[in-house]
Amino acid sequence: MSQNPMQFGIMSVSDITPDPTTGTTPSEAQRIKAAIAIAKKTEEVGMDVFAVGEHHNPPFFSSSPTTLLAAIAAQTERLIVSTSTTLITTNDPVKIAEDYAMLQHVADGRMDLMMGRGNTGPVYPWFGKDIRQGIQLAIENYALLHRLWREDVVDWEGHYRTPLQGFTSTPRPLDGVAPFVWHGSIRSPEIAEQAAYYGDGFFANHIFWPASHTQRMIALYRQRFAHYGHGEEKDAIVGLGGQLFIGKNSQDAKREFRPYFDNAPVYGHGPSLEEFSDATPLAVGSPQEIIDKVLGFREYVGDYQRQLFLMDHAGLPVATVLKQLDLLGEEVIPVLRTELAARRADGVPDAPTHAARVEAQGGAREFRPGANRGDNLTDGSPYQDTASLVE
Amino acid sequence: MTSRKLAVVAAGVGAPSSTRMLADRLAAAAIEALRDEFDVEVQASVHELRDTAKDVTNNLVTGFPSPRLAEVIETVVGADGLIIVTPVFNASFNGLFKSFLDVVDPSALGGLPTLIGATGGSPRHSQVLDYAMRPVLTYMHADVLPTGVYAATEDWAGQADASLPSLPDRIARAGREFAARVAVTDRSNRVLDPFALDGAFSVTGGFSAE
Repeated sequence: MSQNPMQFGIMSVSDITPDPTTGTTPSEAQRIKAAIAIAKKTEEVGMDVFAVGEHHNPPFFSSSPTTLLAAIAAQTERLIVSTSTTLITTNDPVKIAEDYAMLQHVADGRMDLMMGRGNTGPVYPWFGKDIRQGIQLAIENYALLHRLWREDVVDWEGHYRTPLQGFTSTPRPLDGVAPFVWHGSIRSPEIAEQAAYYGDGFFANHIFWPASHTQRMIALYRQRFAHYGHGEEKDAIVGLGGQLFIGKNSQDAKREFRPYFDNAPVYGHGPSLEEFSDATPLAVGSPQEIIDKVLGFREYVGDYQRQLFLMDHAGLPVATVLKQLDLLGEEVIPVLRTELAARRADGVPDAPTHAARVEAQGGAREFRPGANRGDNLTDGSPYQDTASLVE
Repeated sequence: MTSRKLAVVAAGVGAPSSTRMLADRLAAAAIEALRDEFDVEVQASVHELRDTAKDVTNNLVTGFPSPRLAEVIETVVGADGLIIVTPVFNASFNGLFKSFLDVVDPSALGGLPTLIGATGGSPRHSQVLDYAMRPVLTYMHADVLPTGVYAATEDWAGQADASLPSLPDRIARAGREFAARVAVTDRSNRVLDPFALDGAFSVTGGFSAE
């Protein structure tokens, strides 16, 4: 597992978009296999993380992130698999607790996840929810999820799901350590507050909005993290998104990326590539230009723990994405690691890993269920070892 | 002498534009009344939306303003008074007027003294003030003055009906009434925290029951 103080990786939206230069659209089958190839390449070129989004409507493929991530974990050695994001609003938090604990076991702890709300209005009613309650859903569902991974037996009553009496989420987290959680947001201070309250990581989208906005959100999160007593502001765990396209030189990079930019979902048919590059963290250029821009991120968010790049989107063919990953791994990431390590202040926490979290807990816990008696209420704990660990 | 910040927004697309002309005259009337009747000095900034038309469209697509548009928006939402004027296109405010308001945060105009004006080729569209502009700005909680000024082409040419107040008379009246609202607000001195959480917000939901 990665022991780097700073983790680099790829985040995928899972969009299946026509290639604007050829008009061809990959099939779902091709795109899913491409995602696995991209994840394996991410490890091969020396990066640390592959994250995938969650969507429940075409043109996206990633409705079941844990299935995809389990397959990727099985085909890699060091890579941390993660999400960008897991929908804490429309999923049942009980199912998230079960699915991701299962992923944690099969991936030997090489996983974490990022909570997100999802901004597609029509998706909510398909799951019996209402987008106007997005923040409240994210707050309540996570409050339950947080307990399900930390308490062997949970009684619960909230507004948004059926109550739980004596419920045990299985399997218990690997080694008794809950998966590390990032809270992702573009613009909601409530989510920065939530991440700070729990002492979890905060991940700024950092793609769609100007750097000045990200700077304020991260500053707010760090300040509130310290307020809630988790340490100093520099101890907060910060992740950033970002978007790159690398060419031999500036002109080649722009020429090759422009048709994809101009037709991209979300921001296409709006500002020019140049305007968007000036206003946001988008970096399109030579390896040195990319390095300079990414090194600049640290100057407005402080030393941070995770940098994910969006690369396989807007119809870019998988061959191009894999080539981009080679360039990234050969010419950009090693320089970023060296330069960021040289600039990093003393005492800044390393990026989170399962091994470090087990150590922080004081060792691994094993879960051996007691004999099945059909409920969790009559005899203390459903697990044999609990008496010695929990008063 | 106290001072107040006045934002003037014109959604006209011609150059020269009669919408800009009406906006300028309303601003001049307000500035004069604030100075003469309330001893208030005015810092006015005038924005023709056509200068940031592309920025407004890009903001609709990307969700964030260009630096130039951000400056216009900040001037408007941080003002003590807003004069906003649109031409009538197809029986309503024009698209530029509405698109601009669409990229302003719905709560950002709260309590802002606002004087509305409109221009059109025919006096028969004068209700655009009260049936189109006013509901939108009221939704945004702007403090819209009951008096608005509509200028048809014939108003600029002189007085069509001598029994009715002339355009200059109507502009002067609107300016005076608007000035009285602007003089008493301290809106531009308020500190707004864009990250302030709602008072009812609870980070754990506040209803987890053991």
